[in-house]
Amino acid sequence: MATENINKALDSNIVHTTHSEHPSAATYFKVAMALCLLTGLEVVVFFFEWLSYGIIPVLAILSVAKFALVIMFYMHLKFDNNLFSTLFLTGLFLAIGVTFALMALFRWFHVA
Amino acid sequence: MAEATVSNHEGGHQTTTGLNHRKMLMWVFLGSDCMFFATLIATYLVYKGKSLSGPMPIDVFSIPVTTVSTFVLLMSSMSMVLAYSALRKGSLKGYRTWMISTVILGSTFLGFQTFEFYEFANHHVHIDCINPGELTDYEQGLFDKNCTEGVDHYDAQHGLTPKTNLFGTTFFVLTGLHGTHVTIGVIWLMSLFLYSFKKGGVTPERDLDTDLAALYWHFVDIVWIVIFAVVYLFGVFEGFPT
Repeated sequence: MATENINKALDSNIVHTTHSEHPSAATYFKVAMALCLLTGLEVVVFFFEWLSYGIIPVLAILSVAKFALVIMFYMHLKFDNNLFSTLFLTGLFLAIGVTFALMALFRWFHVA
Repeated sequence: MAEATVSNHEGGHQTTTGLNHRKMLMWVFLGSDCMFFATLIATYLVYKGKSLSGPMPIDVFSIPVTTVSTFVLLMSSMSMVLAYSALRKGSLKGYRTWMISTVILGSTFLGFQTFEFYEFANHHVHIDCINPGELTDYEQGLFDKNCTEGVDHYDAQHGLTPKTNLFGTTFFVLTGLHGTHVTIGVIWLMSLFLYSFKKGGVTPERDLDTDLAALYWHFVDIVWIVIFAVVYLFGVFEGFPT
């Protein structure tokens, strides 16, 4: 009896953690439209010469927004267990750290 | 102490976290793949502007073409997630339709990349020595060297290959390995599509197989989002060394 109860509890946990509520097809379509819009904005902004170096943060923000939309909605990190987010984001932040460390090592940020 | 061994509906085994091991492993892999691509992107940036000879990014990149291929890959991500959604709703027909759409869009992206690589390898320079117009630094160098007295135009092939310069090496390694990831993804998705015709092969109860393939496919998409901004858009931005 006790084993049966544990099994039931574990089963419901599995169902909850691997089959959380996902968005509807309409939401996926809206996300796709947002991604296209952001890509279009990236290209348009690129031709604004008056932005000069201001283009760097603008493009960075637009790319981060696209990145976040895909991992949150299409990869379901927003709806899945937080441990998946932790595993992925740990790798991602390490990757960002490695990138900046390498660039600093090769004096990329050095102003002559 | 009561011990319980539970198999979930997807055939996996119960874990201490209550999460499926295969899915967790996929997320760990994707996290590590972030570092793999980060080193390649960092290498590209570190060597940016360090090439001793051309062509440079501004000479070969075509932003409109790459924007279209980016659009294609973004749409493939949407069709992938719709395939997974259809499977969860039990619509095998919808699943197959969206899966084959994803395969076609993924293959189209690879077609764009092949076209781009071919164009770069066969990059042709044409300079009107009488009215040169606006020239890039590399073209200006060719103009100064070749447009001598009595020469009215200069035509020559100056292809970009991995051996041409540091830009070529870092660019082809980065985008080539991304293309390899896309190719693996297309093969994986095609396998699932064909497997869905086998009775009991792909079912709503066994949706984890598709879920894992979808995660991989979306990851390929987010890597391209970064490459498009960092390599292509920043590549032709005049404020950076080209």
